Amino acid sequence: MDTAYLIETVIKVVVILLIFSALAGIGTYFERKVLAFMQRRLGPMYVGPYGLLQVAADGVKLFTKEDIIPTNVVGRIFKIAPVITAATAFMAAAAIPFLPSFTLFGYEVHPIVADINIGILYILGIMGVGLYGPLLGGMASANKFSLLSAARGAAVFISYEVVTGLSILAPIMMVGSLSLVDFNNYQIENGWIIFNMYGVGFVAFILFWIAAFAETGRTPFHLIANDHEIIDGFGTEYSGMRWGLFFIGEYANMFFISFVIPLLFLGGYGDGSFLGALALLGKVAFFFFFFLWTRAAWPDVRPDQLMWLCWKVLMPVAVINVVIAGFLMMF
Amino acid sequence: MNNEQFNNRNVSEDGYFQVEIKDYPTTGWDKFKRVVQRTFRIELFVGLWVVLREMIVFNKHTISYPEEKMPIGPRYRAVHEMKRLWESDAERCIGCGLCEKICISNCIRIDTKIDENSRKEVSEYTINLGRCIFCGYCAEVCPELAITHGGEYENASDQREHFLLYEDMLTPIDKMKAGAQLEFEGFGAITPHEDERVKKTPLAY
Repeated sequence: MDTAYLIETVIKVVVILLIFSALAGIGTYFERKVLAFMQRRLGPMYVGPYGLLQVAADGVKLFTKEDIIPTNVVGRIFKIAPVITAATAFMAAAAIPFLPSFTLFGYEVHPIVADINIGILYILGIMGVGLYGPLLGGMASANKFSLLSAARGAAVFISYEVVTGLSILAPIMMVGSLSLVDFNNYQIENGWIIFNMYGVGFVAFILFWIAAFAETGRTPFHLIANDHEIIDGFGTEYSGMRWGLFFIGEYANMFFISFVIPLLFLGGYGDGSFLGALALLGKVAFFFFFFLWTRAAWPDVRPDQLMWLCWKVLMPVAVINVVIAGFLMMF
Repeated sequence: MNNEQFNNRNVSEDGYFQVEIKDYPTTGWDKFKRVVQRTFRIELFVGLWVVLREMIVFNKHTISYPEEKMPIGPRYRAVHEMKRLWESDAERCIGCGLCEKICISNCIRIDTKIDENSRKEVSEYTINLGRCIFCGYCAEVCPELAITHGGEYENASDQREHFLLYEDMLTPIDKMKAGAQLEFEGFGAITPHEDERVKKTPLAY
């Protein structure tokens, strides 16, 4: 491992960390604005022009607020839980190619921290580990609502992870690799995966998208921290920056999933041109916007309804999808 | 001010209708059919379109309160006002004390004295806004239409006892000279065109 590679990787890590921490903050601003506009409100208006500096105000508040560790909590686990959520969200980003490789001052940059050959498996695995944040935080909180949230998290997690894994099995069979760069190169030659194989790709895309809502805990499946049922769930006892870490992790996760979906199914960054990179960012913006859009439009389902959906509808569909993909590839 | 939105209380004409709701399915096959129907009728996207349309139309209903205010009805019962006579700019209050008498939360205190012209004059008049429930009885009972309610609702105070003095309530004389005094149209006020209906006192016999 030469020094240049090491320096390059460290710079990439820092850049990704900074950009996506900032994006997580700006994401909250967009969420408030989009929700407000859809509900005929104005949203934040007073801090900065059109409330643009609301993010800074929130940051100041979160950083300076007292960090309360309540009595009866399991201190060490309570403290580490938000770090797990935030850290795993950013760790998952290591295998995501954010842009096509470009040349900067005569040096070729690959905007991916580590192009490992098990890319998507690693991403989903690390995102799965991210569930330990809500789970441990909820169980360590000594609060009934947090405990309920942790129990829900565990039950829901098993349901949607099955769908996530089975739904991307068909695309993986088509591509024959787990690396997201290979996914992108495959789609340059064979067209977008959602149009491939007589709709098998499309079904896989829909299934993965639905599972992504459960993965990030966004509105139709916003069960783990459902405000109107269980206060803030696992976050009830948290305050200050620890709660902020949960928040950053959640929003970073939304951004990374928004990157993964187009990379897997919608042609990724294309052939590496500038236009392709812009198209990828456009797709990411759409998927992120869709997360906010559904929050304004759709109601939440109950946990049992989500489990019913995952086990009795989506999982059979996913299995049938994989079987059809197998037959199509055989003949 | 347009009073139409305050006066129309007839809700039945605004297009209320019964929603058709099917019975819940009982058999497994019916349930399955309902699931399939709901999945492929794409009802979810109707909701998505509705919120997106509202976002595009951009017709905001927010009122940025400290800068702009809602129009409030002329009958709104907020902080009290003392009116002056249009003819002479003199105070309408004759110090009869009926408002103090009828006040059910005992928040009005009135004191009178005989002035140099041997007329009854109000020497002390206070309303404790911390106790006032803005029922409007004082305005209703006032024989001279002197005490009325105004539209000023920003009467927050950092103390529980918040007294309103006679001088604060009285229409300022310069405002009166400019003819800018507003008559209260609400509780206790005379109805419009009262002049035509009033009968002359039969003094002939």
